[in-house]
Amino acid sequence: MSQQVEKFFNGVRDIPLEDYFTPGHRLCAGCGPAIAMKLIMKAIKMPTIVVNATGCVEVSTSMFPYVSWRVPWVHVAFENAAAVASGIVEALKILNRKRGKQMHDVIAIAGDGGTFDIGLQALSGALERNHKMLFICYDNEAYMNTGVQRSGATPTGAATTTSPAGKIIPGKQERKKDLIGIVVAHKIPYAATASISHPIDLMNKVRKALNIDGATLIHVLTPCTLGWRYPPSQTVKIARLAVETGYFPIYEVEDGRVKINIRLSKFKPIEEFIKIQGRFKHLLQPENERILDYLKKQIEENWSRLLKLEETGIRI
Amino acid sequence: MSLVKQIRMVALTGNEAIAYAVKQANVDVIAAYPITPQTIIVERLSKYVADGELEAAFIQAESEHSALSICIGAALTGARTFTSTASQGLALMHEVLHIASSMRAPIVMAVANRALNSPLNIHCDHSDIMNARDTGWIHLFANNVQQAYDLTLIAFRLSEDLDVLLPTSINLDGFILTHSVEPVEVLPDEDVRNFLGENRYPYEIDFNKPLAYGVMALPDTYMEFRKQLYEVLKSAPRIYDEIAEEYAKISGRRYGKLLPYFTEDAEVIVIALGSSVETLKYVAKRLRREGLKAGVLGITMYRPFPEEELVEILSKAKVVVVMDRAYSYGGVGGPLYTDVLSTLYKNDLKITIADFIYGLGGRDFKISDAEEIFKKAFRALEKGSFDQDIYWWGVKE
Repeated sequence: MSQQVEKFFNGVRDIPLEDYFTPGHRLCAGCGPAIAMKLIMKAIKMPTIVVNATGCVEVSTSMFPYVSWRVPWVHVAFENAAAVASGIVEALKILNRKRGKQMHDVIAIAGDGGTFDIGLQALSGALERNHKMLFICYDNEAYMNTGVQRSGATPTGAATTTSPAGKIIPGKQERKKDLIGIVVAHKIPYAATASISHPIDLMNKVRKALNIDGATLIHVLTPCTLGWRYPPSQTVKIARLAVETGYFPIYEVEDGRVKINIRLSKFKPIEEFIKIQGRFKHLLQPENERILDYLKKQIEENWSRLLKLEETGIRI
Repeated sequence: MSLVKQIRMVALTGNEAIAYAVKQANVDVIAAYPITPQTIIVERLSKYVADGELEAAFIQAESEHSALSICIGAALTGARTFTSTASQGLALMHEVLHIASSMRAPIVMAVANRALNSPLNIHCDHSDIMNARDTGWIHLFANNVQQAYDLTLIAFRLSEDLDVLLPTSINLDGFILTHSVEPVEVLPDEDVRNFLGENRYPYEIDFNKPLAYGVMALPDTYMEFRKQLYEVLKSAPRIYDEIAEEYAKISGRRYGKLLPYFTEDAEVIVIALGSSVETLKYVAKRLRREGLKAGVLGITMYRPFPEEELVEILSKAKVVVVMDRAYSYGGVGGPLYTDVLSTLYKNDLKITIADFIYGLGGRDFKISDAEEIFKKAFRALEKGSFDQDIYWWGVKE
């Protein structure tokens, strides 16, 4: 049985009509991150400030003189969203004490590059300092804004423009970093994964995180039509398959304890997730079976670890 | 520090003087990362906060890059914000320096000027700040500990001025000023409070007035943003003059953008930044007694560069020596030299001039060095030229 997240939103009827991430942005048709932004901004409490790292969402939602955000929105650079958000959080606290400035929730949003790679140091510092903020990583598993280059979040086997499916090296050979593992090692009160295919779960997690007094992080899988190479109409379906094949487990870690939110009685074969994406096409060729097996092994290992952690209740 | 409140003259190092000024400024957010020779500033500040003497958020970041990023977030939220760094730390901040000024974040930063690697060296030169010269910040230089204290207070007022809204760096020579104890006349807290007033940053991040900060601009609008930065730096010197004048009224200490010393009728003028100005002044005074028309020009405001005032002072000189504690490698000379040279050319002033690269990595600049450099300059006055345009002063051959 799945253990659902604390419920603030029970179903689609509870989703507010009010949009704080508005239409008119320049993100692609079928953009996974755009769906994530819309859902996140429907789950906020008032008042909220958004800090955005450089990336797809940032460049496509702030093209002067237009902006897609109906909340204060701050962009400084690529690697420092967590640091900028730290400054805002602490300034609000001290100014609230000194002259009664209104408190706000602060959400930092970064892609996988701005989280797993270049933003990791600033994120680590902010998590260690445990500022009351929510950091959301929208993970499309490569540097999509610069034209699909590999990142620390790119999965084994995926072809990108800097890890191409070549004759000798068939796509990225290394593993994807375990972001939640890294984050939880900072002993923060709450971290979770979520998928745009499960909007109510995502929204409940956002709201839950915002209610926690400390640093929290949500890792959202957001398929990219251009980078993963599939038709724009398939974004949500692919996100769902990522969950149903076990590729992207949906779970949360509260005070170090793992809780799997979407437990699978039966895993769909990973091939169903892989075969409809251009980035993985070469993995179905017989000579690349080894890589596909390696990917399968990673999924199995990850699940057995999570299940064991959940079962034993050991704090990580 | 209760003693400080009662007695106005106190013995402080440069670092302590700056920390004390920042405390008196009732700063809201301090974010920094430890680096020699700046560290004592933030050590003192964290103690003030821990002891409840200063109500502020003290954040030790995990790098200088994050420290300045935290400052941007805090300043845009309306907090009076301070950081300090040196050398490699300033270099690591480099990307964020540009962003701080173009986002118009009124941050004050002390820079304990120190050499850059490699080889590793923790001692004084100006390579760090010269590398940050073109980042759109206002750069002020202190010649002594008193000035470090005074300029810190002036910097908050200048940065937060509604017609400025720019970050300001206060430069003080690493170890030479940061660690030297000097008698410092500190202002009563109340005078500082009245002089600075409240930070009235008009665009503070607030849900009730949602704004977008740090947007993306395409080629059709980007240049207009940059032109604004150009314009505001053009007008900042005038505002600095007004603030410095007001500060002179409460403190009795007047800081022009340039600090001329015996330049009125000087035939030889030596221009410098930082603590060496004091050594040069000492020697110039002695030379005056010998009847030599020697003058010294200290630069308080290095950016925006006080072009007009410089022309006015140099136009009467016959020989100019520029002292550069940094070099523009592969360029035509040290950074200050190229500034002075361009200013002279733009104003049709043909003056005998040479660049002296000195004191890199903390090599002492002694009274005897100042004497010899003046001697060379007076010889150039007789001959009509220097025998070379760039001297690497005191380098062992």
